[in-house]
Amino acid sequence: MQNIPLFVTIPLCAAFLMPILGRFFKNIPDILANSTNLILFFLSLVNIGLPLTVYKVGGWGAIGGIPIGIYMVLDGFSILMLLIINLIAFLVTIYSVKYMEKFTDKTKFYTLFLLMIAGMNGVVLSGDMFNLFIFLEIASIASYTLVAFGTEAEELEAAFKYQVMGSVASGMILLGIAILYSYVGTLNMADAARIIAISGSNKLILFVSSLFLMGFGLKAAIMPFHAWLPDAHPSAPAPISAILSGVLIKVIGVYALVRILFNIIGLTVTFSYILMILAAISMIAGVLLALGQWDLKRLLAYCSISQIGYIILGIGLGTPLGILGGLFHLFNHSVFKSLLFLNSGSIDYSVGTRDLQKMGGLSEKMPITGNTSLIASMSIAGIPPFSGFWSKLIIILACIQTRHFIFAFIAVLDSILTLVLFLKVQRYAFWGKPMINIDKIKEVPKFMSIPMIILAVLCCVMGLLLLPQVRLLVLDPAVEVLKNGLEYSKLVLGG
Amino acid sequence: MIYLLSILLFAIGLYGVLVKRNLIKIIIGLSIMEYATFLFFALVGYKKEGVAPIISKGFEEVVFVDPLPQALVLTGIVIGLSTTALLVSIAVRIYEKYKTFDIRKIKKLKG
Repeated sequence: MQNIPLFVTIPLCAAFLMPILGRFFKNIPDILANSTNLILFFLSLVNIGLPLTVYKVGGWGAIGGIPIGIYMVLDGFSILMLLIINLIAFLVTIYSVKYMEKFTDKTKFYTLFLLMIAGMNGVVLSGDMFNLFIFLEIASIASYTLVAFGTEAEELEAAFKYQVMGSVASGMILLGIAILYSYVGTLNMADAARIIAISGSNKLILFVSSLFLMGFGLKAAIMPFHAWLPDAHPSAPAPISAILSGVLIKVIGVYALVRILFNIIGLTVTFSYILMILAAISMIAGVLLALGQWDLKRLLAYCSISQIGYIILGIGLGTPLGILGGLFHLFNHSVFKSLLFLNSGSIDYSVGTRDLQKMGGLSEKMPITGNTSLIASMSIAGIPPFSGFWSKLIIILACIQTRHFIFAFIAVLDSILTLVLFLKVQRYAFWGKPMINIDKIKEVPKFMSIPMIILAVLCCVMGLLLLPQVRLLVLDPAVEVLKNGLEYSKLVLGG
Repeated sequence: MIYLLSILLFAIGLYGVLVKRNLIKIIIGLSIMEYATFLFFALVGYKKEGVAPIISKGFEEVVFVDPLPQALVLTGIVIGLSTTALLVSIAVRIYEKYKTFDIRKIKKLKG
């Protein structure tokens, strides 16, 4: 069954219907948003294990071997990303039902949220440079608005900063696409890859790839381009922080960068080293900056920068083992970082503060939040048998296998520092002496605790994804796509 | 040569974003950057002595300009408009909260 376009059309239609229906019925927005994301999640589950499929929009195929229509491509890498996006989005919408009640306009929130999902699904499915840019802008503009959703002074300031940085990044990406178009004369990714492979690499291609590195690097918040992230992610409402940190920076940053570098331009040794060095800087600096924070969400945002470093390091190695580790860590990070942001939202909901120095002893009063947060912390710090341990182990092994001992050392060091970081969180928030009167604090409602429990269970069992039979279905096809690199164009143009 | 001019325009826009201290001037810088990119895109599609790509009798043999970049620029302008509108509305809300457009005085966040 051809369900590829549904990933974009369903959330777009729902986003359009939302303000109209939300005007007349009070409960419709919740039901519509949750059912939409449930359907999308099921669709992404159905797609697991499919071979590479190409959907030609409007039936415009290739004429004389040159594609003239818009292509949407579903391959192993896209399937993995779709699964991540729609899983987290589904759990986050359940959480939003209760959490967003303290804001005035839930209908607009869901509209923007679904637009963001449509944009992200479009980015991973698009087989066309310009459509990738369009979907990226849809997702980004929705996220700028969602960061400013509270319309307090800090939130507006963060949103402005985020949007200026984001627009500069988009400008770089568009300029890169324009220069690439002037060189290859096509926008189709597979066709562009074919032409670049024939003509070989030259200075123009190098310039284009550095423009893309700047543009997508800004969107992914790799270290020298990270300044917007620690402001923007904490300012958004907690469910949105979970989506931004868990999924958005990976989809419009890491996914797009990796897709273009690996499948279109082709990864060279120089770029592999640039990626790894940037990753190492992000890992160390991100975690060191996080250690000094007292605002819980800000701390988590800095931690995201260091974890993105792991993903880029793994993928940047370019060996099958490294790519496997990077992609697996991408999946794991989206699960446990979303969980941690949802935990911080629960604390905010019940206690009313994000300052670690004004909490303490919450574990007794909020057992579900406390325990799920403990699981997520152990997972992110890499304690066996939780999911984070396995992916970090694979990345470190891949570093040693390719004799990059310095990078392996940095990865181990970062893991230890992350452990220290999350011991601090647990010590000040959940254990220790309470700094405030905690008698009246209650556990969060069911709608908020159920998604947290599901994510915590996922943290425990995600290691099973490495079992050979399961790996063959989910992770291996994605690794295969990146490992084969420029084979991509033959597969897409042939199919 | 004319390509270099649009790159120069891009650099002027980037300079505006990086150096100016006023929110509105930053937004203007971003717009200049966007338009430089659009100009470059439109130039990419131009061919010497090309005409509009409409096939009709007597016009089969002439040189056509590439219509694709023009369509892309049109889409790009729409995106640019929405980005600018959103930025300006955020700037207005910031002005209501802080009573200034000067970014040196808008610094509740550490970044």
